[in-house]
Amino acid sequence: MKATFAAASVLAGLLALGAGPVQAKTLRWSYQGDIQSLDPMALNETFTMGTQDWFYESLVSFDKDLKLIPRLAVKWENTEPTKWVFHLRQGVKFHDGTAFTADDVVFSWKRSLTPGSDMRSFAMYASEVRKIDDFTVEVTTPQPDPVLPREWIDMRIMSKAWSEKHHTTEAAGIKAGANNYANLHENGTGPFMVIERQPDIKTVFRRFDGYWDKNLATNVTDIVFQPIAQESTRTAALVSGEMDLILPVPLQDWKQLAAYPDISIYHRPETRPIVFGMDQSRDELLFSDVKGKNPFKDIRVREAMARTVDVVAINKKIMQGAARPTGTIIASSINGYDDSFGQPRKVDLEKAKQLMKEAGYPNGFTVQMDCPNDRYVNDEKICQAVSSMLARIGIKVDLLAQTKSKFFAKTQTQGGNQTSLYMQGFSPSSVDAGRVLDSVVQCRNREKGLGLQNWGGYCNEEVDALIAKIRVETGEARRNAMIKQALTIVRNDFAFLPIHDQPLSWGARKGIEVRQRADGVLNIRDIVMP
Amino acid sequence: MAPAWLRGASFLRNRPMPVWRPGRTPGVRTQHIPRAFIMASFIAKRIFQSIFVMLAVSFVAFALFRYVGDPINNMVGQDTTLEQRAQLKEQLGLNDPFLTQYLRFVNHAMHGDFGTSYRQRRPVSELIESRLPATLELSFVSALIALAMGIPMGIYTALRRRGVLSQSFMAVSLVGVSLPTFLTGILMILVFGVLLRWLPTFGRGEVVHLGWWSSGLFTGSGRLSLIMPAFTLALFQMTLIMRLVRAEMLEVMQTDFIRFARARGLTERAINFRHALKNTLVPVITITGLQLGSIIAFSIITETVFQWPGMGLLFIQSIGVVDIPVMAAYLLLIAFFFVIINLVVDLLYFAVDPRLRVQGL
Repeated sequence: MKATFAAASVLAGLLALGAGPVQAKTLRWSYQGDIQSLDPMALNETFTMGTQDWFYESLVSFDKDLKLIPRLAVKWENTEPTKWVFHLRQGVKFHDGTAFTADDVVFSWKRSLTPGSDMRSFAMYASEVRKIDDFTVEVTTPQPDPVLPREWIDMRIMSKAWSEKHHTTEAAGIKAGANNYANLHENGTGPFMVIERQPDIKTVFRRFDGYWDKNLATNVTDIVFQPIAQESTRTAALVSGEMDLILPVPLQDWKQLAAYPDISIYHRPETRPIVFGMDQSRDELLFSDVKGKNPFKDIRVREAMARTVDVVAINKKIMQGAARPTGTIIASSINGYDDSFGQPRKVDLEKAKQLMKEAGYPNGFTVQMDCPNDRYVNDEKICQAVSSMLARIGIKVDLLAQTKSKFFAKTQTQGGNQTSLYMQGFSPSSVDAGRVLDSVVQCRNREKGLGLQNWGGYCNEEVDALIAKIRVETGEARRNAMIKQALTIVRNDFAFLPIHDQPLSWGARKGIEVRQRADGVLNIRDIVMP
Repeated sequence: MAPAWLRGASFLRNRPMPVWRPGRTPGVRTQHIPRAFIMASFIAKRIFQSIFVMLAVSFVAFALFRYVGDPINNMVGQDTTLEQRAQLKEQLGLNDPFLTQYLRFVNHAMHGDFGTSYRQRRPVSELIESRLPATLELSFVSALIALAMGIPMGIYTALRRRGVLSQSFMAVSLVGVSLPTFLTGILMILVFGVLLRWLPTFGRGEVVHLGWWSSGLFTGSGRLSLIMPAFTLALFQMTLIMRLVRAEMLEVMQTDFIRFARARGLTERAINFRHALKNTLVPVITITGLQLGSIIAFSIITETVFQWPGMGLLFIQSIGVVDIPVMAAYLLLIAFFFVIINLVVDLLYFAVDPRLRVQGL
């Protein structure tokens, strides 16, 4: 392996000198962290998954506007409520030259159910995946599943023959995954191959000549990816010309970067909304001076908070105007969003104070707020701003901002939701509201594993009944109407305190065409170099 | 009798003076026990002690890991069920009491198994092995820079105390000790990487693989990449050495044997470099040895600023995601380095100072 690394380094050096083929276009780019594994089933994390999409492909995919498009499947149909049939693309080759068939789909589904797989919860949406012929598979779901193709957007197809040859028929988990071949090697069907892999340091990709789609927009032939953790160092690498593209660019660096005419900043609101949630399930808050009762169970307190926090000001002062202030818990780019429930709330301090008085807290109360300081865009600053705004109606916030590992340990369901007031940013990989309702809104039930991301324990039976129906409704219009109904109730309950859809912020050399997809995935297929 | 150049070496004041124990005449002892044997037993004793040091370090480390955060959340996606998370936690033994976890770690470590990185799903030993060369190379080059610049600057400032250059060296050294490393690093990136564009802003450049060792010293981009991080890391040590040499020189210049040397009519050059400097170098060597350990250990910040792919960066990244096996192995390794470096420094004393030899350690 070291020999190949050395050879590849020499090659990369040649390319950097411009001695490559005539139309060689090398994209050098950086992100704050590395792809955590090359195994497409090892970790379900946006960046890892999104970059694996360059070399592994799924049956379906998203285009630049997050519309569902065919990838390894050419079409799919819901033949029965519990059956989906996928017609596979013919003439597709894996990087090692073997042909792609239905066997690989069945194999990949089975592999994603193995203990080391982090895609098990997605794989379990199907009870069976059956090969009908070489280019047709039938997926059976335990209950009607209208959004299965969407949910399987990250279910990548691996080669059965290759996996068996290299003894990697199980996903590279943490316990037994050491030395799993697929952790450091890939064999997908995507437009790029990984030709050098040095975890944390450098990963080099080369265009796959046998790629099935000859009409890709991109003209990139080689990619050198080097993660740079430190924000200022990453920005410096872009300015100095060592990088063509970096993500993310800290919002506060925009002003300085404006001085460099050869650099463009790309930004747009992401699929990830930032909201505050509050403990509405305990009879007494864990971290507050209010004893014997829970102020957040009182809708008047929740409404008062929503009427106090000025999301427009937060966007202007903290987010450089790049965020999209919101009044709901799904981003506007998510399937199911509607302006009728998504408008931000107007600030009304008088009314807020009145509501606090009526609720029995004319002088407010003290509560601890949990906030990460290295997870979301300007997370800690937003928490500080919200804290000082809440002080206007007497809610004294004791802010606990800490690193994400500690923050999640405290707030998540796994750790017992040890929080009273918290920041949350949930973005569904399916880009569909159904997933948000299931995870964040549905009544929390630890035994049944429901409402896993509903840290505050908001629970409304009417909404739950709707969610149950949404899950199995195959008619899209009817489904969207019910999503709208459910999210309108959530809004009227003041169940959450929504702030904004956080912005993506990328920097690139002038002349490089970058299409920013709202889910934050760098879609290499669209990048055009000058 | 100590050699002439050792007399008056001020560092000896900081070492324990030989203790005269009644009935144990030092001279007699050395006659009976061969020197090689004393040396060997000393080394054996130290290595034995080092095991306890490493056990203690890893014990404290494991006691602290519980407060670093939840590792599970970094290993799974947001849609992973509670059950799967609990299962993973159980499999990794994270539910066990910390003493059990610690003893399991020690047991495996004694067999050379440091576990699997939670983040990279690779054996920790392989991970450390791939990162160690970068850190060691950076540390040694920094130490060389610190010595090569610190000593001449120290001599100069001691001999020409009121010179303009001396004053400016002293001013610069003040900056060196007071500026935090990350700030010096970022300032250097700004000046040499962004404004002048002479040097790469991050990384290690192209490396050459020699067996398991990877070196950036044999390629142009590797050497260029090394300059800024090495200077950043060296700055503090350099000022330390410069001030140390200066203080020692000033003191030695006052001593009798220098005055006698003058009286004997020796040239200034011979006095300054043959007699005075030699005497100042002993403490410098020992301090440098000890500082090398801290250079290796504290390269964390420099490596983070320059995205230098060494162990320090690995450690920081591991803390961020609570990668316990990597953190444990790193701390153990650093403890080992300190023990070894201390051992070497002590052996140097042993070689240099006959009084310690006599004492039988």
